[in-house]
This record gives sequence, C-alpha cells and structure tokens, in this order.
Amino acid sequence: MSQLVLTYSLLATQVLLGLAIGCGALRIFLGPRAPDRVLGFDTLSVNAMLLLLTFGIRTGEELYFEAALAMALFGFVGTVALAKFLLRGEVIE
Amino acid sequence: MSGVEHLPPWAAVITAVLLLMGAAVTVIGSLGLLRLGTFYERVHAPTLGTTLGTVFIAAASMVFFSVLQSRLVLHEILIVALGAATTPIALTVLVGAARFRDTAERAQLVEPDER
Repeated sequence: MSQLVLTYSLLATQVLLGLAIGCGALRIFLGPRAPDRVLGFDTLSVNAMLLLLTFGIRTGEELYFEAALAMALFGFVGTVALAKFLLRGEVIE
Repeated sequence: MSGVEHLPPWAAVITAVLLLMGAAVTVIGSLGLLRLGTFYERVHAPTLGTTLGTVFIAAASMVFFSVLQSRLVLHEILIVALGAATTPIALTVLVGAARFRDTAERAQLVEPDER
C-alpha cells in the first residue's frame, strides 16, 4: 500500500518537474529580452537536476547523484558565463 | 535493482511526502517565472525551486537511501550547499547585466546625438 503511494508520488513528481522544465523552456522561447532567456536556462537546468535526483530514487541507483551534482555545477558555470557575456560582450576580460 | 518494494512503510510515506512538497514548490516557482510581469520580478520566482525544492527533494533522497542501505547517506547535502552558494552569485551577476543594459538603452534614448 505505502509502496504504491511512493510509486504514484514518484510519477506525480516527475510530471510536475517536467511541467516546470516546460515553463523554463517556454521562457527561453518567449523571453522578450536576453536576460529573460538566460534566466529560463538557469531554471531549466536546476529543474532538470531535480528530475535526475527523482530518477535516482525511482531506480534505486546511486549513479544519478553524480550526474545531478555535475549538472548543478555546469548550470551555474553556464549562467555566469552568459551573464558576463551580456554585461561586456566577452566572457573572460 | 529497484528498491521501492524493500522499503518499510513509514520511510516510503516520508519519501513520498517530501518528494511531492519539493515538486509542488518547484512548479510554483517555475509558474511564477512564466506569469510575472517584468524581468526584475521574474528573477525572484525560480529561486523557490533552487532553495526549498532542492532541499525537499534532496531530503527525500537522503531518507530513501539511508533506510534502503541501513546506513547514513548524506552526500545530497553537497547539492543543497552548492545550490545555496551558487544561485545568489549567478542571479546577482545576471541582474547586474540587465541593469547595465537598461541604463545603456535609456542613455541612448535620452541623448542620441551626443554619442
């Protein structure tokens, strides 16, 4: 019974996080200006990282944790690089 | 090896509740990113997912793997700490870039012939 609850809540979590990723992607496409698109990318990467953690719980594999950690790191690096590019027109001054 | 069926009921319920809370908070933040009006309002919304959503889902993962392997598994704290440390830095740089571009556009609008 409680295992069934966990299975369905895992499914619901995946659907909700997919919806959140869709919101981020929509903001990337719609975003009236460039900083909006960068913000959408940041949201998308964080939500994808959370979805990877949920996959890890669903399959019982520890491997997804490392992928999620790398994704969080690269999302941060990408956002900062894009923001620096918007600020000056070059990433490394 | 899917471990969901080897989990005791109380741990399954705790994991389910934490997962649903994290997903709900994250979806609310992302909807705010879609709904709010200006860029400076939109910047606030997704931080709901990067702080509270990450904390809840990482806690669910910690409870799940700790009970499943009957030892303390705490390395999800790394993701929480990383998110809490990097998100303010990234968004501060991003808002600085947006303000820089705003002032540049406004200066161009006010005095087009002095540049």
